[in-house]
Amino acid sequence: MAKAPLSVIVLCILSVITGCASPNIRGTGDLGVIIERSSGSVQIVDGTDCVSLGRVTGLGDLSHASLVFSKDQRFVFVFGRDGGITKIDLLLGKVVKRVIQATNSIGGAISADGKLIAVQNYEPGGVKIFDSKSLNLISQIVAPIGATGKPSRVVGLADLPDNKFAYSLFDSNEIDIVDVKKPSDPSVTRFKNIGKSPYDALASPDGRYYIAGLYGEDGLAIVDNWNPESGARRILSGYGRGEKNLPVYKMPHLRGWSLSGELAFFPSIGHHEVIMADAHNWNQITSIKVAGQPVFVMADPSGRRVWVNFAYPDNDKVQVIDVPTRSIIATLSPGKAILHMEFTSKGDAVWLSSRDDNKVVVIDTSSLKVINELSAESPSGIFFSWRSSRIGM
Amino acid sequence: MSYFFKILRLNVDVRFFYFMFFILNNAFASGYEANSSDRVSKLTHLVKEDCAACHGGLLKGGLGPALEKESLVMKSDDYLVKIILNGSPGTPMPPWSQFLTEDDAKWIVKWLRHH
Repeated sequence: MAKAPLSVIVLCILSVITGCASPNIRGTGDLGVIIERSSGSVQIVDGTDCVSLGRVTGLGDLSHASLVFSKDQRFVFVFGRDGGITKIDLLLGKVVKRVIQATNSIGGAISADGKLIAVQNYEPGGVKIFDSKSLNLISQIVAPIGATGKPSRVVGLADLPDNKFAYSLFDSNEIDIVDVKKPSDPSVTRFKNIGKSPYDALASPDGRYYIAGLYGEDGLAIVDNWNPESGARRILSGYGRGEKNLPVYKMPHLRGWSLSGELAFFPSIGHHEVIMADAHNWNQITSIKVAGQPVFVMADPSGRRVWVNFAYPDNDKVQVIDVPTRSIIATLSPGKAILHMEFTSKGDAVWLSSRDDNKVVVIDTSSLKVINELSAESPSGIFFSWRSSRIGM
Repeated sequence: MSYFFKILRLNVDVRFFYFMFFILNNAFASGYEANSSDRVSKLTHLVKEDCAACHGGLLKGGLGPALEKESLVMKSDDYLVKIILNGSPGTPMPPWSQFLTEDDAKWIVKWLRHH
């Protein structure tokens, strides 16, 4: 038998070594990330097989955290409370870049072209724009001075088409839209006096509407990005109808899942109700009484059902609203302190985080039965990669 | 004990009254105690997890103000207890009196200052 040349042997050894260092060949379309808020870590999960693929640590203060996916779903950008942005490679399961850009931050977004990351900060109040590949700071927008005498805290940041971002200013009652087509020279359009204390906001799935929830009054503020010259206007004003305001132990969170086709579902502030509205004229259709102060009000991908979780002390419950009948069809108790819910891409299942049971529960949306549970340390946000193709997510 | 009462020259009725007062006082005082280990655990959890929703996980502030020791130096215990129980009208701070007693609120203030 002829001996293999030395060069061939070396080549074989090298290919084995480099093969070991390559990421697993797998898809990214069903990957998910779970925030573990008390341990500064995240778990990467397979949303089809409902298994954990591993944990990534060293993400700082994740007591409040959110994330966005890169355009190719390979990476996530995790925004932590401590102002950290951590870029994680989901296939290699490791941190590739981390920066600290503020002292108190609440979330971020990715531009329509995927090249820019925007971050919204409480302290210092404002928005910063980063390159999504390098996480180098490109520009920053200092928020207008608010009622506190400092730059306002920024809430409700969402990406819009045409490489724009919209955000709201809690302390100065304003909605701003920033155009970052020239990222080093962002151009801001301000909508002032939009209502009292916007606490969060959403962009509609088509990016046309930006809607801010108001804490200081019963109502929401809306900007039509197709007709920005019309300014911001109030919708659903006075939805509480003079009812006594109940205490709010956790603010609701708004994102595009509030809108489904011709309908919109919003959490009421200070009333244990979900408001159902027409998503064209924004008139209220009805309100649906629920078990507590709603935090997340999420239409499933089909729009047939809306899932609701609640603030303390009702955060052990989840309710399911049937949209055609406008009625509660189920009240579930999947675990203690349900902080977040996330549907799979076509809504066959919903994943729920149970902070105080240290688990994530997977429920089949047809049968409403628990089909799986995963261990997680004090889990909060759950994010699936389908978000990469959704405006405002 | 009988010698003690004799020294005080108390009649039987009064002795009975003092005896019952002693028993009842201790009975009501220990329905629970703010510093029982179970209660301490629940209060700590509440502060770290639910107050954190607005005040931040490390209590550095959010939509609510920071609750770090330095931030509370100029605020009296009475003021803070009142805010915890009654809320702060005009701000997002809700009243917690349906979940917390005054003893609980005092314990929380103490924890915030010294933890």
